[in-house]
Amino acid sequence: MPTDEQLLLLDLWVSPFSTRVKIALAEKGLSYETQEEDVLGGKSDLLLKSNPLYAKVPVLLHNGKPVVESTNIVYYIDETWPSPQLLPACSYGKSRARFWADFIDKKVFDAGSSIWKTKGEELEAAKKEFIDILKKLEGAMGDKDYFGGDKFGFVDVILIGLTTWFYVYEKYGGFKIEKECPKFAAWINRCKKRDSVAKNYVDPERTYEFVGMLRKMHGVE
Amino acid sequence: MAEVKLFGNWGSPFSGRIEFALKLKGVEYEFIDEDIYNYKSPLLLKYNPVHKKIPVLVHNGKPICESLVILEYIDETWEKGPSLLPKDPYERALVRFWTKFLDEKCVPTLWKTCWSIGEEQEKAKEESTELLKILEGTLSDKKFFGGDSIGMVDIVANFISYWFIILQELAGLQVLTKEKFPKLGAWIDDYLNCNIIKENLPPKDKLTAYFRARFEAAAAAAK
Repeated sequence: MPTDEQLLLLDLWVSPFSTRVKIALAEKGLSYETQEEDVLGGKSDLLLKSNPLYAKVPVLLHNGKPVVESTNIVYYIDETWPSPQLLPACSYGKSRARFWADFIDKKVFDAGSSIWKTKGEELEAAKKEFIDILKKLEGAMGDKDYFGGDKFGFVDVILIGLTTWFYVYEKYGGFKIEKECPKFAAWINRCKKRDSVAKNYVDPERTYEFVGMLRKMHGVE
Repeated sequence: MAEVKLFGNWGSPFSGRIEFALKLKGVEYEFIDEDIYNYKSPLLLKYNPVHKKIPVLVHNGKPICESLVILEYIDETWEKGPSLLPKDPYERALVRFWTKFLDEKCVPTLWKTCWSIGEEQEKAKEESTELLKILEGTLSDKKFFGGDSIGMVDIVANFISYWFIILQELAGLQVLTKEKFPKLGAWIDDYLNCNIIKENLPPKDKLTAYFRARFEAAAAAAK
């Protein structure tokens, strides 16, 4: 990367969306700086200026220009630094990847949140929905090693970061993904062996502690 | 010869977007009108098993679902004709941001404003006004969201230009007016004046009658 290119990631260590972007940057071999945002305590002026509509992380600033929304950031990274390409080469393959990225964004994190935010019957229903979603994703992967086929690709990047919170869902939901969706669990383990994922995969125990604090804030306990 | 089919509904702004895009690119297609509120055809369920919704574009037998995904597919596959998205990655990121904002925030809130009542409606009206102010600001001194000519953001904003105007009148509301939002008002006029758009909108009286019937049914159900 040319030395006059500057990348700054406005970050929250526990955010699975930040993790997603970090994995994408690592896949491209890009170096960047991070600025940790205290999203609960007080957001920085830079964050508020860069993402005035949502004031959320992650935000990637490329030579000072902000790109917001993590999936958008991954598209941007893939298009700006095309090698190695994360999206498939053909239009149809791209449309499949975009479809599943959209499905993942609409379903996975919210379904997971419903697990740790609820109790009793609501929790059981949330758990069932979450497992159904993982089964649909297993169907999308088919008998390949990755959502990208034989290679780790765009959809794998979009999804693997979110799995840093799956331990939280397992603990509060009282289930194991290995048992319910073994193919999915195998895919997680396969991805975690990649450098880009291993170096950026937030420790699930730390995430679990963080969510414990969120639960208290939400009055779930 | 390439075969293009579009599963949609005559009155849907979502399949409407795809029709505008295909016409803009000069792509010939077969339109299959699905009566989605009453029935989901076996073909639709086959092509969109995950969401079971329209629009679905089927190109040479292969289905593409979700209107924003379909629009990008059309732009990449048929390079002849005007571009829906810019080429520059940063500009593309901005387009994707605004189309998501429209789809996830604006359209659902504006829709809810027309169909809710009482306090819920008051709250939705306030939210709609804030969202429209943001869009007004985004237009700034441009003719279209896409600049001098229509682009993907304009096409995705189609609901606001036509469907919402009909709905708000039926609901007895004046959320979006030229006085409150002069730039959006001008955009609506310019957008609806584009040949591709005005020749492909669902007929106003048919759409009005359809929505009026739905309002009456909703009112009757509420009693």
